[in-house]
Amino acid sequence: MGRPGAVIEVDRNTPPTLFHFGEGVRLERLPLGTRVVYPPDPLPPIAHPERAIRRALAHPLDDDPLKSLLRPGMRLTIAFDDLSLPLPPMVQPDVRQLVLEEVIELAAAAGVEDVHLIVANSLHRRMTAEEIRHVVGDRVFTTFYPDRLYNHDAEDTEGNVFLGTTAMGEEVTLNRRAAESDLLIYVNLTLVPMDGGHKSLATGLGSYRSIRAHHTVHTLRNSRSYMHPPDSALHHACTRQGQLIEDAVRCFHIETAVNNHCFPALVNFMQKRETDWTAADQAAYLTVKQLTDLAPPAVKRAVFHSMRAPYGLTAVHAGQVDAVHERTLAAVERQMLVEVEGQTDIVTFGVPYLGPYNVNASMNPVLVVCMGLGYLFNLYRGRPVVRPGGVVILFHPCRYEFDSVQHPSYIDFYDEVLADTTDPAEIEARYERCFAEDAWYRQLYRRSHAYHGVHPFYAWYWAAHAMEYVGDVIVVGGERETVRHLGFKCASTLADALEMAEQTVGRHPSITHLRFPPLMLADVR
Amino acid sequence: MLAVQFIRSLPAYALVRASRGHPAVATGDLSMLHLGDVEEPRLPGPGWVRVRPGLSGICGSDLSAITGHASRYLDALTSYPFVPGHEVVGVLEDGTRVVVEPALGCRPRGLEPPCRPCAEGMPGRCERVTEGVVGAGLQIGYCADTGGGWGEVLVAHESQLHQVPAGLPDEAAVLVEPLACCVHAVLQGRAAPEEVVVVQGAGTIGLLTVAAVRRLTPPRRLICVAKHPVQREHALRLGADQVVTPDRLFQRLRFATGARRLGGPDRPLLLGGVDLTFECTGSGRGLDEAVRFTRAGGRVLCVGMPGREEVDWAPIWQRELTVTGSYAYGTERDGRRTFELALELAPELELERLAGPLFPLGEYRRAVAYARAAGRLGAVKVAFDLRDRQGWD
Repeated sequence: MGRPGAVIEVDRNTPPTLFHFGEGVRLERLPLGTRVVYPPDPLPPIAHPERAIRRALAHPLDDDPLKSLLRPGMRLTIAFDDLSLPLPPMVQPDVRQLVLEEVIELAAAAGVEDVHLIVANSLHRRMTAEEIRHVVGDRVFTTFYPDRLYNHDAEDTEGNVFLGTTAMGEEVTLNRRAAESDLLIYVNLTLVPMDGGHKSLATGLGSYRSIRAHHTVHTLRNSRSYMHPPDSALHHACTRQGQLIEDAVRCFHIETAVNNHCFPALVNFMQKRETDWTAADQAAYLTVKQLTDLAPPAVKRAVFHSMRAPYGLTAVHAGQVDAVHERTLAAVERQMLVEVEGQTDIVTFGVPYLGPYNVNASMNPVLVVCMGLGYLFNLYRGRPVVRPGGVVILFHPCRYEFDSVQHPSYIDFYDEVLADTTDPAEIEARYERCFAEDAWYRQLYRRSHAYHGVHPFYAWYWAAHAMEYVGDVIVVGGERETVRHLGFKCASTLADALEMAEQTVGRHPSITHLRFPPLMLADVR
Repeated sequence: MLAVQFIRSLPAYALVRASRGHPAVATGDLSMLHLGDVEEPRLPGPGWVRVRPGLSGICGSDLSAITGHASRYLDALTSYPFVPGHEVVGVLEDGTRVVVEPALGCRPRGLEPPCRPCAEGMPGRCERVTEGVVGAGLQIGYCADTGGGWGEVLVAHESQLHQVPAGLPDEAAVLVEPLACCVHAVLQGRAAPEEVVVVQGAGTIGLLTVAAVRRLTPPRRLICVAKHPVQREHALRLGADQVVTPDRLFQRLRFATGARRLGGPDRPLLLGGVDLTFECTGSGRGLDEAVRFTRAGGRVLCVGMPGREEVDWAPIWQRELTVTGSYAYGTERDGRRTFELALELAPELELERLAGPLFPLGEYRRAVAYARAAGRLGAVKVAFDLRDRQGWD
């Protein structure tokens, strides 16, 4: 059994602390008295995943066994999470592959022939054939791709149907094939608590028309946090939409959870607390540090993005979405939760090379904000780790660097929109529709591998709560012009950043460092 | 008189070309440019007067000649040796302050009847630029018999002179000639109010084109392509709605026009794009890019002086583009002289902010080197200052 998460205070004997720094790492000496929050060790994985999956399908929660729902001549659609989860992509076999194989086997045994598999990529980029193969495995891929295994297309007017409007006025659309199926199965991989549940179908197979109902500045500012669904206006909206979908089509949910074993053996030091580092870990750190300091960005990117995480399955549940999701969330929180006593004046953390929206691409400045002030800042339950008006210090090179294939609208968002204003509400009011309906972005989303035109807006909105809540944001090691363009401050060193932060939070501030990844959820008391 | 003279020499030309126009070579002892005591130009005929230059700009076309980049096409239209300098504010013997309209058409040449373009008021298109009372030369500053602004005296025909309004500083007046070129180009381009217009390049010609477009034919959106921060500031001040850097050019223009952007094997291209482009860099690369981001059926005006450049003609052919040159000035459609229009515009543009640094003739080597790197050094119009030598106040 691994250790639970911990909060350790820096004293004279504390070794320097690891900070992720984009496609690099660095060690920093934190001031005495700083609290360092460490995630729990990885939970032991389920020894026989296939057996656990079979059991879940045979004994679902609040639903009939899957076998009994399958019959010859039926239309069966299986949707599954796209490559934004897990991060980094996991070593094969991906748990989705294991689940899909079991489900398809059951369907075949029941004589179901009309089976389609849909990547629930929402407004994310289309996955490439090789990426799909990696997730579903060779067997499923060669059997179904490309005719019966494909990406969802949120911009295909014929391929999506309008299902109705929720009591709160949220419109709901769904992929037509899914909506017109006799049974819709969703295979989910819940990495963090914001994933899964009703959100999977409502967004994964939705369109701009339905997603815009909750991906708004107002909703996200009132989701405190969206990493804790009971306190998340975003999730409440998704639940309403999900219920409407369930009224329209017979759904069966399968959710999985994995542990936080996110780094391969070669860089296992990233997984460990610095006090646990062996000589081999120290050597590995020095090697990685030297290589990432010297190697050109393209080489670093290729190396980092080729990493595969040895995640282990910790939970699998099937059946009715609410019942399944409740159990899944419990498993996720078991892995992620760390108790933190009280808030802090300053919170520090490094932003790693990877977020949900830059698999196999560079993390552009907008995504740095999304990752840092969006996802990582919101990994709390109850209250943020930093106090209202406090300071966030994050580490990232924050270069003006965009992937023109994946993120064309991000480039325009950065150059045109952020040059005008960084205020999320103003951006939403003045620019969102124009980007969302841009014919060229639409074309690139549908035919190339580009994120939807509206996606950079959502990435920015994810950070809206943090921007409103904190007093200052300082990026250590960032490209000055870029950081200023984003509306934040830039510092060369941690010491400089702390000195700058004192102007906002006063002398002798309390400091807390969140040492992720692996990801954790701070339960702030 | 003291003057910088351009003396044609094949070995010197070869040397300068071999150095790729490096300023140290292009202005060195073995170059085609020499400072010395030369004979004052004589008055060629009736109506000609002496002008004593006060400020004289260094133009891109001067730099092209000095660095060996100018097209050999121009050789036959030039007489040697000549004193360069055609952007001139100077004084007449009676003290009148004038700017010189340097084009040498039929009238200054004393040719009657004039050729058809000159009769139509377009001396820049004169068909008899090798005939008459002065030698071959498109302009003062490229003619062996007239002198030029880089010397203490030049001669000009009275039809080429425009009195400078009292309130206009010399530093602004020295930019009236390039401004007139840009006014001519802009009136030729005739941007419509609903169009998106790009000015490619933000040197003197680019910036003055921005100013002229904004004031004479304001379009829906005016975008300037500028490499350096100072150019960016000037472009915005003079009326650009947006300034983009060359490295982000296609991305920004795609956004501005709602076009489609394709990668292309060597460089990107837009499907759709801007309506009208003023190409003000005079480079093959600039033109090559312009024909890739100007929409099908659009227009490209070459305002900057090009040399012998390699340009991909496929987009011009496939897009049915209209690519035209725009040279000099004359009489515009409303019957007014381009120089008059430029002199009217000049005061509100605060052109003096674009002028400088100023160099004495003796420092011509530094001046040329500075002008070659003007954008990077934060300058726009580098000029010679001869006012001390002329006894100006």
